[in-house]
Amino acid sequence: MSATLPPICSVSCATVRSSAAAKPPPTPSIWAIAGRLSRTQYWAFAALGLILPFAVWALLSASGWIDPVFMPGPGSVFARLGTWLMEDDLIADTGISVYRVLAGFALSAAFALPIGLLIGAFRPVEALLEPLTDFIRYMPAVAFIPLVMLWVGIDEGSKISIIFIGTFFQMVLMVAEDVRRVPAAQVEAAQTMGANRRELIEKVILPSAKPALLDTLRITMGWAWTYLVVAELVAANSGLGYAILRAQRFLQTDTIFAGIIVIGLIGLVTDQLFRWLHRRAFPWLYLKG
Amino acid sequence: MNTPINTLPKISIRGLFKRFDGAPTNALDNVDLDIGANEFVTFVGASGCGKSTLLRTIGGLEVQTSGELLVDNRPVTGPGIDRAMVFQHYSLYPWMTVLENIRFCRQLAAHTQDRSSSDVEAASGRADALLRLMGLQASAGAWPNQLSGGMQQRVAIARALMGRPDIVLMDEPFGALDAQTREVMHDLIRYVHRLEKATIVFVTHDVEEALYLGSRVVLMAPRPGRIDTIYEVPFGDQRTQDLKFAPEFVRLKRDILERIRETSGMKTDLEQLQRLSGAVSETA
Repeated sequence: MSATLPPICSVSCATVRSSAAAKPPPTPSIWAIAGRLSRTQYWAFAALGLILPFAVWALLSASGWIDPVFMPGPGSVFARLGTWLMEDDLIADTGISVYRVLAGFALSAAFALPIGLLIGAFRPVEALLEPLTDFIRYMPAVAFIPLVMLWVGIDEGSKISIIFIGTFFQMVLMVAEDVRRVPAAQVEAAQTMGANRRELIEKVILPSAKPALLDTLRITMGWAWTYLVVAELVAANSGLGYAILRAQRFLQTDTIFAGIIVIGLIGLVTDQLFRWLHRRAFPWLYLKG
Repeated sequence: MNTPINTLPKISIRGLFKRFDGAPTNALDNVDLDIGANEFVTFVGASGCGKSTLLRTIGGLEVQTSGELLVDNRPVTGPGIDRAMVFQHYSLYPWMTVLENIRFCRQLAAHTQDRSSSDVEAASGRADALLRLMGLQASAGAWPNQLSGGMQQRVAIARALMGRPDIVLMDEPFGALDAQTREVMHDLIRYVHRLEKATIVFVTHDVEEALYLGSRVVLMAPRPGRIDTIYEVPFGDQRTQDLKFAPEFVRLKRDILERIRETSGMKTDLEQLQRLSGAVSETA
């Protein structure tokens, strides 16, 4: 067997080698499926993606095709941002909105983390609570506004409640899923080393699920912000969402645009903050291969 | 062979049945087996033969439907620190360093109750000894993600040995490793077995691995999962990689492979058989 094979192999290998030597090594295309980008290329595309919509927006409004009442140009939007900041207390509006979102989000996390952990770790709790949560999370948060006003009143509590209702039920299910995704071998290895139930949760399941849990918080934080405008439908007289709603009544589209951009920027910053925290807290996930 | 006749077996299995909910056949069907203290038993068999289920039942991670399973003459009611388990992968804790992983059991009440501080010192000495034994000194502070698959399995084995278990249960621990790394691990685990005097129950799909490591090879058959044949391995305790080419080794390997094929219900692979007989005539 081994006596007949080598000549055939060496002939074919030589042919392959000479033809390969003739051509220079191909540069992999950045458009290859799952291709690679250098850091510079990445930031170039990112900058392009951010600048392009602004450029299109500026061009459209400069061309005069669109009534500025419907779509104000970047200039008037940024001018509005300036006056909002200097004269109409943008800081206070932002502050109260950040407070409402953070309070609703924190309240939601304070309940969703332990309940989700119990659902993910114990089958009876899963059977008891998960179908119920699945049922409630399909109910529109907006529909709860009249009830919330009746039960909680019309002060800060009601706004925080709406954000809580909007994020809590989703968060519970995601936390439960994060806990269930802890590899069975990690749990079973601890069991065969003698870990009791409490030790399994404290020393294996929680630390193992932590990175996924932080990602869940990052994602649900975004949802909390989307419920802000809804929350500030309820008898508010300050806040970014309220400002947007009031501007709609007076057709102040520049204020609507400015408010949306501020919310977007806050979201971007929070998201980056979460990602930074993730890299700091879980360095073993970011090792250079 | 390794079990003196008049001493109690370490593990005693009598008429063990296991049926999973909704399964058409028994995963374990009337399994009888004794495993002696300090024995190294390997299990092979076609997929679905119940070898992993049997291992997990000994480990207390599955509960039998009926039958008796005794360890040190006491019925198994759940996992215990006398039976450590090594898994194929994903069992290390990625948020802990190598040394922290190995010392993990020292955080558990089961390992630290009613023990003096000298015991703590002994434990840290043992962690260091295990690091050295596994050739992991240079990686003590590394995260598991930074290690190759072979190094990760060394950590998993060291972690399992840390609590001085009487029995080490290994569920295809080298199944994800490349052939060269696997050979190194084979000699390492044989050395550990001689040194630690633990009973090792080892499940694998690799017949060569089963023969090289075990003093007995238990062949299981699927549908229903049962013990088919038990092969006594006649090669003694001193084994080297050359053994894998000895005619007796190759003959046993071929017999076992053939029997696995017969019990698996799949057709015989003629080409594979021819290649095996070629290997025999070359070494003879």
